[in-house]
Amino acid sequence: MSGRLATVGYRIAHAIPVILGVVVVSFLLTRALPGDPAVYFAGPAADEASIAQIRTALGLDKSLPEQFFVYAGDVLSGDLGQSISTGQPVLSDLANRLPASLELTLTALLLSCAIAIPLGVLAATRPGTTVDHLCRVLVTAGVSLPTFFTGVVLIYVFYYLLGIAPSPLGRLDFIYIEPDHVTGFYLIDAAIAGDWETWIGAVKQLILPAITLALFTLAPLARMTRAAMLSALSSDYIRTARAAGLTENKVLFTYAFRNALLPVITTLGMVFSFTLGANVLVEKVFAWPGIGSYAVEALVVSDYAAVQGFVLAMALLFVALNLIIDIAYTLIDPRIGFETR
Amino acid sequence: MSDATSNSLHVKSNDSALAHVAYVLKSNPITMLAFSMFAVLIVAAVFGPSLVPYDPLTSNAANALQPPSLAHWFGTDNLGRDVFSRVVVATRLDLAISVAAVALSFAIGSVLGSIAGYWGGWIDAVLNRLFDTIMAFPLFVLAMGIVAALGNTVENIVYATAVINIPFYARLVRAEVNIRRESGFALAAKLSGNSDIRVLALHIFPNALPPMMVQVSLNLGWAILNAAGLSFIGLGVRPPTAEWGIMVAEGANFIVSGEWWLAFFPGFALMFAVFTFNLMGDGLRDIVDPRQRT
Repeated sequence: MSGRLATVGYRIAHAIPVILGVVVVSFLLTRALPGDPAVYFAGPAADEASIAQIRTALGLDKSLPEQFFVYAGDVLSGDLGQSISTGQPVLSDLANRLPASLELTLTALLLSCAIAIPLGVLAATRPGTTVDHLCRVLVTAGVSLPTFFTGVVLIYVFYYLLGIAPSPLGRLDFIYIEPDHVTGFYLIDAAIAGDWETWIGAVKQLILPAITLALFTLAPLARMTRAAMLSALSSDYIRTARAAGLTENKVLFTYAFRNALLPVITTLGMVFSFTLGANVLVEKVFAWPGIGSYAVEALVVSDYAAVQGFVLAMALLFVALNLIIDIAYTLIDPRIGFETR
Repeated sequence: MSDATSNSLHVKSNDSALAHVAYVLKSNPITMLAFSMFAVLIVAAVFGPSLVPYDPLTSNAANALQPPSLAHWFGTDNLGRDVFSRVVVATRLDLAISVAAVALSFAIGSVLGSIAGYWGGWIDAVLNRLFDTIMAFPLFVLAMGIVAALGNTVENIVYATAVINIPFYARLVRAEVNIRRESGFALAAKLSGNSDIRVLALHIFPNALPPMMVQVSLNLGWAILNAAGLSFIGLGVRPPTAEWGIMVAEGANFIVSGEWWLAFFPGFALMFAVFTFNLMGDGLRDIVDPRQRT
């Protein structure tokens, strides 16, 4: 067990240089603003004196390494600057909108895991059948679909043609009242309040964007599950298990599937990166009030502090998720941590 | 091991390599289909502007929002512009952005990866950290940040797309160079008086090209998606320029009122292009390395 703890500690230590790198890159992005940032932040009506004043206030008269330490200190204390368009600190804006994005992303990932993993397993256990071909078509088509286009097509079919889906405008139709803020996840908040009408309303709004994102993430997951399952099934321990007369279910799920799950979990980390990027596009299509559409709105009005805060927040979120996946991996796979390093 | 097979292929003259390609193409009609789809894209990109029936930028308010018809195959948009002409003309811009981006990341990634793989040591460690840092960002989000920081132009879309793709190429080249650094043919070339750079560039690096070509093809599709995504959220390409991403964005406003052709055809063209490159990448992989088939 101590070996495992050491491995977990090693993984956490390994994340520190990456976090440092992320902060350095986002610092460089803030300093790469077109033109002089002081002139930009001072506004069009500023004269020489007020520009110089702003420059001192922003610390731009200091050397670059000094500026970096000031920036890193600000990030550490949670100060990502002020958004010009909302007038609020960027951090609180992001915190307010993060639950909407997370609710969408997590629902989509759950949905795509629920479809992709069984599909991959079925395709691997029945190679050459209809399921296998369906899997292959889905995998190739899935990676070629632009998320924003899928979203638009789904809106056309389910909102305009069939009239099943509600209008694609945000998290909740205006006829419902927002549930009390507990977690910020409408599904959980509505369930806590026992307001099932609102819950169903929230699900209706959520389902199309979640399907759009899920379709996008389905392909790499199904592909990886199928490949991992195939290689597990052709291994010696499966042959031994079959020779020992274990039932097919026991062989498939206890032996093959558990081993095949490991590469799938690794893929999940990569899929998360795609999902966080695709989130921006899906949120724009469905007017979803998450941090992605916040960043897009900020981009349109050149609100740089907000955009850079968003980029940094997404990167840190992604590093944290990868760390969690790595640690989960260590805990699932008994071989890791016992090997002599 | 793959060196031995590829070297023997070259020794036996190119005939057997061509025969192998022909054999793979014949046994895999899907790859053949991918190459013919690619030809369609190339024709549209090169001759598109002289083939289309209407000027992609001329608006005609009297003829706005017409559904697809014989005169306007893909209908007309809200300003009365012919959607078919715009979709075809946009091919050149979309392909140019992604080809330029992929070429840039190919070149930079090759140089950095070769250096890291051949000399190793601290320079390898530093470059690896750098690539780790780039990969630590959700890549589309990093591209957004780069474009926002450098300024909202088409060139910056190319640079941003190139930066986020560099780690993939650099890592691939690094691995390929690293395993051959001490191999017999490299040492022999070194012994006969070639400089390090010459050995690296002419003897070792060419071995990395086949897997690189597969990566290029898969990457092109991804670069198109990325560039179109950026212009979809209003970065880079400005209206009224014809570009698939921005056309889907403009068309999305009309989808709720049922004018589907505005967004559908540019989106379909985008899908077609990405699908082509993905199919081609899979096909190339079969030709280059049959073992990697999944």
